[in-house]
Amino acid sequence: MAIRSLASRRTLTGLKETSSRLLGLRSIQTFTLPDLPYDYSALEPAISGEIMQIHHQKHHQAYVTNYNNALEQLDQAVNKGDASAVVKLQSAIKFNGGGHVNHSIFWKNLAPVKEGGGEPPKGSLGGAIDTHFGSLEGLVKKMSAEGAALQGSGWVWLGLDKELKKLVVDTTANQDPLVTKGGSLVPLVGIDVWEHAYYLQYKNVRPEYLKNVWKVINWKYASEVYEKECK
Amino acid sequence: MASCVVTTSSFCTVSDSSIRLKSSKLVHLQRRRSLGSRGGLKVEAYYGLKTPPYPLDALEPYMSQRTLEVHWGKHHRGYVDNLNKQLGKDDKLYGYTMEELIKATYNNGNPLPEFNNAAQVYNHDFFWESMQPGGGDMPQKGVLEQIEKDFGSFTNFREKFTNAALTQFGSGWVWLVLKREERRLEVVKTSNAINPLVWDDIVCERVSLIFSCYKVMFPLDHMYFCCCCLQPIISLDVWEHSYYIDYKNERGKYINTFLNHLVSWNAAMSRMARAEAFVNLGEPNIPIA
Repeated sequence: MAIRSLASRRTLTGLKETSSRLLGLRSIQTFTLPDLPYDYSALEPAISGEIMQIHHQKHHQAYVTNYNNALEQLDQAVNKGDASAVVKLQSAIKFNGGGHVNHSIFWKNLAPVKEGGGEPPKGSLGGAIDTHFGSLEGLVKKMSAEGAALQGSGWVWLGLDKELKKLVVDTTANQDPLVTKGGSLVPLVGIDVWEHAYYLQYKNVRPEYLKNVWKVINWKYASEVYEKECK
Repeated sequence: MASCVVTTSSFCTVSDSSIRLKSSKLVHLQRRRSLGSRGGLKVEAYYGLKTPPYPLDALEPYMSQRTLEVHWGKHHRGYVDNLNKQLGKDDKLYGYTMEELIKATYNNGNPLPEFNNAAQVYNHDFFWESMQPGGGDMPQKGVLEQIEKDFGSFTNFREKFTNAALTQFGSGWVWLVLKREERRLEVVKTSNAINPLVWDDIVCERVSLIFSCYKVMFPLDHMYFCCCCLQPIISLDVWEHSYYIDYKNERGKYINTFLNHLVSWNAAMSRMARAEAFVNLGEPNIPIA
């Protein structure tokens, strides 16, 4: 199993919460790095173990740490009534919070081949994909093209528009979550096209990464989310 | 026999007989496409891939040869090739200098598809020349004086530069620029392909409009306000591709190494000297017949 969060971290968080409660202060919720449900090397050869380890332990962990820091600073600014400090923190919250949200979804969007990674979606999601994009190949082609064309860093998404009741393909810049593109959008599949997601293995050839990542996409999870939102 | 003409607006690097060049100076040169494949290779090149002013292994161990091979040989080369492909499609962006092309394709914030490639070609050219083997350390004399004047101390400048580089969320660049009118240095950060050149026109156009009325009465005034209000002096690439092979996620380590061992204060000195000369003398007064 992937490395779990250290016991000492939990203890420190627990102590902090207890002492805040004793002082009568409202303690803010801190976030922790979620575990991966598979080993770092389980997605090879599509995504190397080295990338998975650094991506999870360094990048995602940094987003979590910085998000917690930003939230704490926000809490202090709110308590002091410092409006300009509150506004100033928004970009750090959006970036790091978004990074945490997006990557938490991403780990669930991936699965080793022997656990169903790459298996086409069945059920209602499969049908919806065929309706909106003609076929799964059509969807894959569209998402890969948009992901390759994205300039700089960002994500490419398959989302469900809850209000219009249709599937959409969209991209977001940097760590903006899909909801920034539309309040009724629910992310089903997100693919990280930041360079850190593929560079060590694919270097500048992002299209090659996008071709191979589909072999480990966990359509079971996407179907579950879709069915839940469609009810 | 190469029909290759080098002008200030474009240059070629391929030595082949069927090269065609666009040139703003040679209006009589017609664009001829060779139908036969005399040399086997038909190339239309508007911009060339400039090599860094040092061998690819010269920045070791601070920036590996492998990084230069991929960053220059694949990324930078890709931008040049893609830009040439785009420019070959039609004559709309005919005969610009690189800096003019960047501003034209930026289109005041609504960038054309060519902008990304053009700007990144410029950005990378500028970046390679912002570094040198045996770089880093402290700047000398004029540059140091200006930095101490505008930042308080060199340490303070380092802190500002480092902080900007660390807080550039996503891909982008960090620049030390000289603001020409105010004659002061500043640290700015830009995202993706944007560079400080694109911020010129908005400021400069308005100012020169005001002064164009006074052009006749006060000819010197209007010369003072012209293009390139923000003159880049040094840049640092903070796209992940520029440090991932050597430093993985540790952008802070990369920034420190750049400041300690790579940044070329010689390049900064010559760029500042050129910028200051322009400020003092203004545009050359070419008489119109």
